Amino acid sequence: MLEKSLKGSRGYWIWIIFLLIVTAIGFIFYLRQLDYGLGVTGMSRDVSWGLYIAQFTFLVGIAASAVMLVLPYYLHDYKAFGKITVLGEFLAVAAVIMCVLFVFVDLGQPSRVMNVLLHPSPTSILFWDMIVLSGYLLINIFTGWVILSCNRKEIPPPGWVKPLIYLSIPWAISIHTVTAFIYAGLPGRSFWLTAIMAPRFLASAFASGPALLIIFCLILKRYGRFDAGEKAIQALSKIVAYALAASIFFVLVELFTAFYSQIPEHAQHFLYLFNGLEGHTKLVVWMWTSAALAFAALGMLIIPPIRRNDGWLAVACVFVFVSLWIEKGLGLVVTGFIPSPLEAITEYVPTGAEIAITLGVWAIGFMILTILYRIFIAVHDEKENP
Amino acid sequence: MTTNRREFLKIAGVSTLSLIAPAIVCPAWAKEKIIPVSNFPEALSPSKALTAKRWAMAIDASKCPADCVDCIAACHATHNVPDFGNLKDEVKWIWREDFPHIFPEVNHSYLPKIARARRPIVLCNQCANPPCVRVCPTKATFQRQDGIVMIDYHRCIGCRLCMAACPYGARSMNYRDPRPFITRINPDYPTRTKGVVEKCNFCEERLAKGLGPACVLACKEKALVFGDMENPQSEIRLLLEKRFNLLRRASLGTKPQIYYIV
Repeated sequence: MLEKSLKGSRGYWIWIIFLLIVTAIGFIFYLRQLDYGLGVTGMSRDVSWGLYIAQFTFLVGIAASAVMLVLPYYLHDYKAFGKITVLGEFLAVAAVIMCVLFVFVDLGQPSRVMNVLLHPSPTSILFWDMIVLSGYLLINIFTGWVILSCNRKEIPPPGWVKPLIYLSIPWAISIHTVTAFIYAGLPGRSFWLTAIMAPRFLASAFASGPALLIIFCLILKRYGRFDAGEKAIQALSKIVAYALAASIFFVLVELFTAFYSQIPEHAQHFLYLFNGLEGHTKLVVWMWTSAALAFAALGMLIIPPIRRNDGWLAVACVFVFVSLWIEKGLGLVVTGFIPSPLEAITEYVPTGAEIAITLGVWAIGFMILTILYRIFIAVHDEKENP
Repeated sequence: MTTNRREFLKIAGVSTLSLIAPAIVCPAWAKEKIIPVSNFPEALSPSKALTAKRWAMAIDASKCPADCVDCIAACHATHNVPDFGNLKDEVKWIWREDFPHIFPEVNHSYLPKIARARRPIVLCNQCANPPCVRVCPTKATFQRQDGIVMIDYHRCIGCRLCMAACPYGARSMNYRDPRPFITRINPDYPTRTKGVVEKCNFCEERLAKGLGPACVLACKEKALVFGDMENPQSEIRLLLEKRFNLLRRASLGTKPQIYYIV
């Protein structure tokens, strides 16, 4: 089936070449990082994780899109999702590959990455994260590919795929939970030390992943001669609305605990995010943008006439995606380090090299996604117009 | 060419003899030959090594003169700690810090000014229950029987999860090659490569040679006391028995082993 990705319109090839160029630029900067060290990034002694780990955290969420299609279709026989479960699984594949790459580019000694396997450490959450992420990647590659092959041959999927699909549901929950545990179990980082971290991750994941999927479905409908169906897209948009509401609610719950208790250690991080600390306000504009976009999107998604309009729905989904990207991909990780355990306020700004490498990894992810979706569309076309 | 058993034994015997002969004929010369192989000849005699059930340190901040950096200089020179000259890349094992920042839970506006104005040293707490060891995905950070929390610079992958896990900010990352930024390289301790994390190691390499920690020996005021917490007769235990002392963020349950006499 892979050969189908070699046939495409001019637009397809321009897009692929564009992604290749972005990847190449990122790779050149990565070579520079390999040579010089992580000092090419904006990370410091106080803020020791930055854009890379934040992207990783956000993309674990995007990988959730699959389960929001698989669960209704396979457990509740919700037929409208039958056409697009493969799209969700392929999005999960691309997202998990990006996750792995972001962790990899964040390593100070990438050549030693196999030490994680050579010296397995069950007490380390990062060790378990590696296991659940690689498992999730394999499950989604297998199920997505096998189901698409069977669709092509117009035969029912083999029996052994079903248990794998059922397994993918709790497994999707596990990747968010374990990733949240990386943060939520650290003493002394009060911003992350909250039991609601995993539920928060899940809620924002089930909003951002399906939102991205809706955007892709709308693009495919317009430019790809593939219609996911009004019913499927509307059902997805309701999932996004509920998940976004839960996500906003969870953040508000955190804000209540931090500010009503008035425990400085808990409040100061949120203060940094939304107000700034001692004149350090680099994230404030971003966070208020994120909040405004989230509420705007929620408003648009819960008013049925707006939600049913493809154009407005696309805008709402872009809002959801951008809002949650800011929340997870910018705010959540960095703010855990501000202020530091010794109460120093060191701000973080990514460098050009760091941004180029980050864009490079995103470009690789989008390339994988484009190729997989191209194959999906080709198989679909073949069936529609033999 | 065929080698029979007898010939093999003959060659093996001669080879062995050639190795041990110098030691028999001229022991002094042989010893000279051995020394360059190891930088720690003393370590070869384990009886000389300082041992304990749980190493700990007491710091009497009231004895620290305002501008003194003797312990810091000694530690950083002993361990080839680089000086990058900027805060972003900074690597440090011991440094001085404002009292209110070290003890945020204890600090308030009406503590005696003299206490609040103090700037005690901070270093790795060598926690008895170290979160950094728990989170390390490669066991590059580990805890010895005597409580010292160590880093294997050759196994560390530079993921910096330990830096996020440390509630004391004790760990530093080598964001770039540290070697050009070491004033004078001490051949008795390894330099590090870029991309690995480092911190105070309680001078385990000196303990193995029967020497106390460099910072303790460098302190002219005798403000630092190093010893075994499991030995009730040790100097540190007797001192802590007499003087009121604090731990940094004891409520976190990490069981720090640096005791601050206040």
